[in-house]
Amino acid sequence: MQTRVLIIGAGATGTGLARDLSLRGVDCIVVEKRDVNAGASGGNHGLLHSGARYIVSDPAAARECHAENQLLRKMAPHCIEKTGGLFVAVQGDDENYVSNFPDACRRWGIPVRAVDPKEARRMEPALSPRIIAAFQVDDATVDPFKLSLDNIADARGRGCRLLRYSRVTGFEMDGRRICRTRVTDALTGRVHRVEAEMVINAAGAWADIIAGLAGVEMKIRRSKGSLLVTQNRLTRRVINRLRMPTDGDILVPGGTVSILGTTSERVDSPDNIYPEIREIDSIIEQGAAMLPELATTRYIRAYCGVRPLPEGRGKDRQGDDRSVSRGYELIDHAMGPEGIDNFITITGGKLTTFRLMAEKTADLVCRRLGVKAACQTRSRPLPDTVDARWTEPGLAPDTWLRKNVAGDPLLCECEMVPRSVVNEIVGTIRRQDGHPGLKAIGLRSRIGKGPCQGTFCSQRIAASLYDDGHLQGREGICELRSFLKERWRGQQPLLWNKSLAQAELQEAMHCGLFALELEPSAGNKPAEPPEMP
Amino acid sequence: MNSQAKKLDCDLMIIGTGMAGMAAALFAARSGLKTVQAGISGQIGFASGLIDLLGVHPAAEGRVVENPWQGILRLCRDEPDHPYARMEISAIEKAVHTFLGFLGESGYPHVFNKDRNVKMPTPAGTLKPTYALPHTMARGPAALAEAKPCVIFDFRGLKGFSGRQIASHLAGTWPGLRWARLDFPEAAGELYTERMARALEAGQIRKRLISEMIPRLDGAQIAALPAVLGISDTLGVTEDIEKSLGVPVFEIPTMLPSVAGTRLQEKLGQGLGAMGVRTFFQHTVDKAARCANGGWTFEMGTGPVRARVFARAAVLCTGRFFGKGLHADRHGIRETVFDLPVVQPESRACWHHKDLWHPAGHPVNRAGLAVDDRFRPVDAGGKPVYPNLFAAGSILAHQDWMRQKCGSGLAIATAYGAVNACVDLLA
Repeated sequence: MQTRVLIIGAGATGTGLARDLSLRGVDCIVVEKRDVNAGASGGNHGLLHSGARYIVSDPAAARECHAENQLLRKMAPHCIEKTGGLFVAVQGDDENYVSNFPDACRRWGIPVRAVDPKEARRMEPALSPRIIAAFQVDDATVDPFKLSLDNIADARGRGCRLLRYSRVTGFEMDGRRICRTRVTDALTGRVHRVEAEMVINAAGAWADIIAGLAGVEMKIRRSKGSLLVTQNRLTRRVINRLRMPTDGDILVPGGTVSILGTTSERVDSPDNIYPEIREIDSIIEQGAAMLPELATTRYIRAYCGVRPLPEGRGKDRQGDDRSVSRGYELIDHAMGPEGIDNFITITGGKLTTFRLMAEKTADLVCRRLGVKAACQTRSRPLPDTVDARWTEPGLAPDTWLRKNVAGDPLLCECEMVPRSVVNEIVGTIRRQDGHPGLKAIGLRSRIGKGPCQGTFCSQRIAASLYDDGHLQGREGICELRSFLKERWRGQQPLLWNKSLAQAELQEAMHCGLFALELEPSAGNKPAEPPEMP
Repeated sequence: MNSQAKKLDCDLMIIGTGMAGMAAALFAARSGLKTVQAGISGQIGFASGLIDLLGVHPAAEGRVVENPWQGILRLCRDEPDHPYARMEISAIEKAVHTFLGFLGESGYPHVFNKDRNVKMPTPAGTLKPTYALPHTMARGPAALAEAKPCVIFDFRGLKGFSGRQIASHLAGTWPGLRWARLDFPEAAGELYTERMARALEAGQIRKRLISEMIPRLDGAQIAALPAVLGISDTLGVTEDIEKSLGVPVFEIPTMLPSVAGTRLQEKLGQGLGAMGVRTFFQHTVDKAARCANGGWTFEMGTGPVRARVFARAAVLCTGRFFGKGLHADRHGIRETVFDLPVVQPESRACWHHKDLWHPAGHPVNRAGLAVDDRFRPVDAGGKPVYPNLFAAGSILAHQDWMRQKCGSGLAIATAYGAVNACVDLLA
């Protein structure tokens, strides 16, 4: 395969860069070892920061967040809910921080309005009566899956290619240049070679590993953050704790749910990470100080992501990872001691600033390629594509209820996702030469995200995929096992009360009746049995 | 309590309406005890229809048990705390066969090989080791073993049951297995197994279904369907279909809850009523108090209609978390009716493995009530908490019925053990 630019990683940055370059007429290929937003881009709050969060620790990043927040509201309104946000302090919080906050925001141009605590509780009745100060800011929420799926869909429409489940396993060098990149297909094991003029490492928390394949020593700190999803939406606005960032101090609404987080724990590897019970308990206890209901509400899922924090930007290297800059780092490896002329790494940053990171990277790439075209993502709105349609909570049920088609049964009853929607997503995945497994469908829709966490819809969708010939032989077993295993990562730290009862029903069916735990996880493909005439 | 309240006296109060509660009520009634039973109906509806004794041991090795009785002997040696180890094997046998005998007398016979587990296909296409099968499912394992030319019929609109999925998965071991999709007579859109099963008890609809099946048999010597062959009259429905088709049929279990559970609920509910058991199937026992004379007073109900029962002894069969016999919060697990001591892992961090499919099973699934040889819940020192309180079924500690595939056997056997201990006590 040949292209001008190879982008490694299909997170927010990689997909954003693919769109930016495609708009400038630069041919590119995106390789992703799993699926779109499989790393930190899918493991975050979905918060479009006003900037106020970083106003004390990192004002430059705060200003960037603010500017991008304002721009994205215009450029990708369909991915964004303009919720607004509140910063609140409760009794016992640092009063110096509270009193410095509004001035710091104003000094750096971040709009902020003081709100009387009583008024704040009228705006958000779930807030604790122990609130002592409140400020209104321009926070908003963003659906990161819709954002990345739309970015890649627009890029693909302009000729960009996306290779999912394609892991970079090596670089072939020719002097100071990467001449070929070896990419291994995770499903078939086949190795492809991609020839590109420029190679961009947008691998997020895996960036140092990719750089290492090119012989480049790069240090990043990996900071894991865990988050919890409530069954119901608890507030209209984003609620932030008004203090130096720590655990459990942001609650972000997202459609029909709220997301509470986060933590910051150093991890060595970006793989095999789990939301841990101690983190969950800490998040809940801290969060409950702002909103007492958080101590008793039902949580349906936990997840985590690993923030790649570039080493060397922190003011205090020995200190807390939260004090490391959330700004991004664009590294031109032609300049470093490694001296690779066509290799660039973009890392760090925030979801809020993904577009800016893509723009700066694309500017550098274009300078190198001698491409004169200017960035268009500041002025050209992101198209709302069908590929990303069904990530939105409530859309599938609305459509289903409106159409009311007999013979279009709901495969996921919790989130009301009918067979027709599953089939549409399968079609999208097929068009991208992908394999329409349960996880891939889950990433592009709400299936498995309700209270039953896939107990019922997993088998219903597997049956439907067999009916249409998308699964064969033992593949269904592997699909069920891997989908439920993935869901379990997010269930296991939250299993008490009703969720534990639900998990027991899940195991009663999938182990007690189906005996799935006895099945080998690897698959084979025997001949298809015939349908009777 | 208000004036609408009912007041009853009995020998034995059975709390719970799952498999263990129903079996306990049956054994109690047969022993001549004056029995009251209460619980939220529907728990037994989550039974799959397969009567497991012991399908896997050692569970951590995932080893499938061929002979369940030998398996139980080995299990009792390896896991001396397992509830099965509280009983003689002959008592387990008596319990299970008495229970199945009752179902047979009620017109819902079960079929089993005395010393051998069978393998039953599931909707996921897997094979589940089990002991006894309702007559509606009984021909499945032999057809599989002999790889008889077979067609699985499924239905447009019935979710989670795909003949193609099952056939595709079993193609390697069962080459003569095929599938065909039918429209269920007089139904459009989404189908529900209970409605289908009730509809098939009407001759007219059955006839139309048979006429759809016949042309698609195409040489099959046996036919399979999802579990929908009637609720009350499974014998009549099955016999008629087999006669008209000219080949035998068998059911494959469906996703839960299934009609197999509904059948058990119906047969047992009617049978218990006829035997004089006073049942309160929509009532949760929410108050339990010990009287001065050592007996129990229970209060139960929802809304204004409440009942009060005085009982000389009680059997607790309230199940685990799904059945609401156990309740967990972030800090621990408690028993919901009597606040009995619960054997449990040290902290929530030890409840589950990070891997759903971890071969050892999740430790929380072995939490529950520890009992003595008379099935009385015991405290940390091994002493019975109350002399006249017994427990049976999945609430018991030191077992993992989902991994060991012993749910029904455990429920029935321990119910038998608990009721017999109670009979001895009250005699």
